[in-house]
Amino acid sequence: MFKITRRGALQGAAGLLAMPALVERANAQSAFDWKLAKGEKLEVSLTANPRSVILIQNQKEFEDLTGIKVGAEQIPEQQHRQKFAIEFSTGKPSFDVVGISLHVNKRQVGRAKWCADIRPMIADASMTAPDFDFADFSAGAVAYSTQADGRMDTLPEFADPWIMYYNKDLLAAKNIAVPKTFDELYTAAKALTDPSKQIYGFVGRGLRNANVVLWTSFLLGTQQRDTIDANMKLITDTPDAVWAAETYAKLMRECAPPGSIGFNWNECQTSFMQGRAAFWIDGPGFAAPLEDPKRSRVAGKTGYSVAPAGPAHHHGALFGNGFGISEASSPARKKAAWLYLQWASGKANQVRYLAGGAGAPARQSAFRNEDATKGSNFPAQYFTALSSALQIARPGLPEIVPVTEFRDTIGTGLTNLIGGADAATELRKATEAFRPVLEQSERAS
Amino acid sequence: MSGNTATLSPAGAAIAPRRRNYARKYWMFIVPAGVVVVGVILFPWLFTLFMSTHDWKIGGGHTFVGLDNYRKLFTDERFLWSVLRTLYFTAMAVFFPMVLGVAAALIFNHKFPLRGLARTLFILPMMATPVAVALVWTMMFHPQLGVLNWLLSQFGIPPSMWVYDARTVIPTLVLVEVWHWTPLVMLIVLGGLASLPIDPYEAAKIDGASPLQSFWHITLPLLAPFIVVALIIRTIDALKAFDTIYVITQGGPGTSSETINIFLYLQGFAYYNMGYASAVVVVFFSMIVGLASLLLWTRKRVKA
Repeated sequence: MFKITRRGALQGAAGLLAMPALVERANAQSAFDWKLAKGEKLEVSLTANPRSVILIQNQKEFEDLTGIKVGAEQIPEQQHRQKFAIEFSTGKPSFDVVGISLHVNKRQVGRAKWCADIRPMIADASMTAPDFDFADFSAGAVAYSTQADGRMDTLPEFADPWIMYYNKDLLAAKNIAVPKTFDELYTAAKALTDPSKQIYGFVGRGLRNANVVLWTSFLLGTQQRDTIDANMKLITDTPDAVWAAETYAKLMRECAPPGSIGFNWNECQTSFMQGRAAFWIDGPGFAAPLEDPKRSRVAGKTGYSVAPAGPAHHHGALFGNGFGISEASSPARKKAAWLYLQWASGKANQVRYLAGGAGAPARQSAFRNEDATKGSNFPAQYFTALSSALQIARPGLPEIVPVTEFRDTIGTGLTNLIGGADAATELRKATEAFRPVLEQSERAS
Repeated sequence: MSGNTATLSPAGAAIAPRRRNYARKYWMFIVPAGVVVVGVILFPWLFTLFMSTHDWKIGGGHTFVGLDNYRKLFTDERFLWSVLRTLYFTAMAVFFPMVLGVAAALIFNHKFPLRGLARTLFILPMMATPVAVALVWTMMFHPQLGVLNWLLSQFGIPPSMWVYDARTVIPTLVLVEVWHWTPLVMLIVLGGLASLPIDPYEAAKIDGASPLQSFWHITLPLLAPFIVVALIIRTIDALKAFDTIYVITQGGPGTSSETINIFLYLQGFAYYNMGYASAVVVVFFSMIVGLASLLLWTRKRVKA
């Protein structure tokens, strides 16, 4: 039993008083002054997801390191995108740092020049910690964060390649191997579908807008791969696009649970977690609840692999986020914000992302950190699948300003397919509807 | 008479200038309220009208386009469908709560054991936050894992797709509205019933009127002003319904539950077409004002 003595109390107090000096000395040893913006207050606006939870949980670490006070918020994805766009457009956003979905807002943010170019900050040794190691970020993630004019207005946070989840027990019960191609996936899913037992071979996004990414996952396997050509023209009604739509439709009609037409990732996750679906293609950041035995019936029984290959290519759809610094912030706050970016996308947090099943970090070193992956709740197969998927990943959405309108317009056609409509007709209608929107947007660029 | 007028006129002459002085002296007292009205109501309105005549994009520039946004609106099939869906939704989301609310009020107007408890339970849905309610219903509507299909299966009824099917989505959303807002109608009508005089009923009883005749010829006419108030409130609420629909379906499957509000929200805050969205606001506001005026006119007629 501990007994507090006067001597012990004095030692403890002396230790506490000496702590800031010790931390400062440790920082001085790295020849970089993390306290160069001490006393500043930063406002950080993040999308609500497991990664933001990690950052907010560990925020005190940054505050102690830098002496900067952080006010962080996390807002659901769609509302967050709207909030920052509207606030930026007022010229006086309430935040200094913002998490940006590059697959949706990259061109919009780049065109309006809302965020500061971080290249001069990276190059400035007085502002950048020596162990920041910019070369550690994967080339794909850096490319995602770089605008067409060369400006780098976000620091990469993560680059998620879509993977395939599968229920090992269901596959083993029918002695079915993990499919390597989309055709094999359809055959396997069809064989595993048994509505009388409420077991379905496949579950995927059917909800308008959300469903487009599943369709582009199939399209990435074709000769064409993309939805927009080099001249920024829509190619969403071509034979390859129709093939992808038909593949999507037959899986959703014949192998997915009834009502999938209204499923977003969360409904898919629920069906898969309850053991009702054999295959699910989606982002890797949704794995955590699957491995939680209190919530999931497939904990320890979930397999992970790269998305199957198409007839011509093998890719997985890629989605990425980056942290931007508001151009409207004062120089002092920008300095503080740059320190935050270095910490938020630093090696320690990136390892936390990976170990916590929160998706694929943008830094390569995280994948090499064996201690982190060994200590994780996730099986080694998860990390292998993630790493392999990253190597073949390709953006799953076009780099255009009206991405949401693109997703809504094409997505409506895709939901009609699930209801029984003809793929070629629906894609032609959707393409005709969206073409003028894209042309107008490109003229304004 | 003339003598009276003559004696009053000097006093009247004395009062009139004082009134003018009041107006001159104390006009500044209305300034705070005037500033609020201009800042909160008038300016946003004028600015919305201004934006509706521009091609206005968030993150882009804006150019004057005159009435192009309005012209585009009336040829935009998606918008026209959203108008029809809004009317369809509103008709059902007004009719059922009105009928059930009036019926519930008539029941709760009679004394029976545990009436107070039953009335409290009945009005509970109205107290719940719409978004929270919508999230709970979303879980209940899940075709495989939702409790509603499980309940149907207990009675041997085949499962429904609820909000996951274009054919059933709007009636299902109306079901949520009915559950949520029938208590409001009941409360308004119950208040009306409590204020009814008993004399006409006694007279009707002496004259040998049946309960149905009493209801039809006494209760309903006397209650009419209260019913019209409930009708106006419910109609405006149903037209404006957004939170429940957005949380449960986001306008889907496809666009099958996309009402004007959802269309407006997407144009403004998902596609950032602020000019076009402003034109939708102007048209939608005109519709609501038109309908509300019609109902208010009806109320006056009923009162008369």
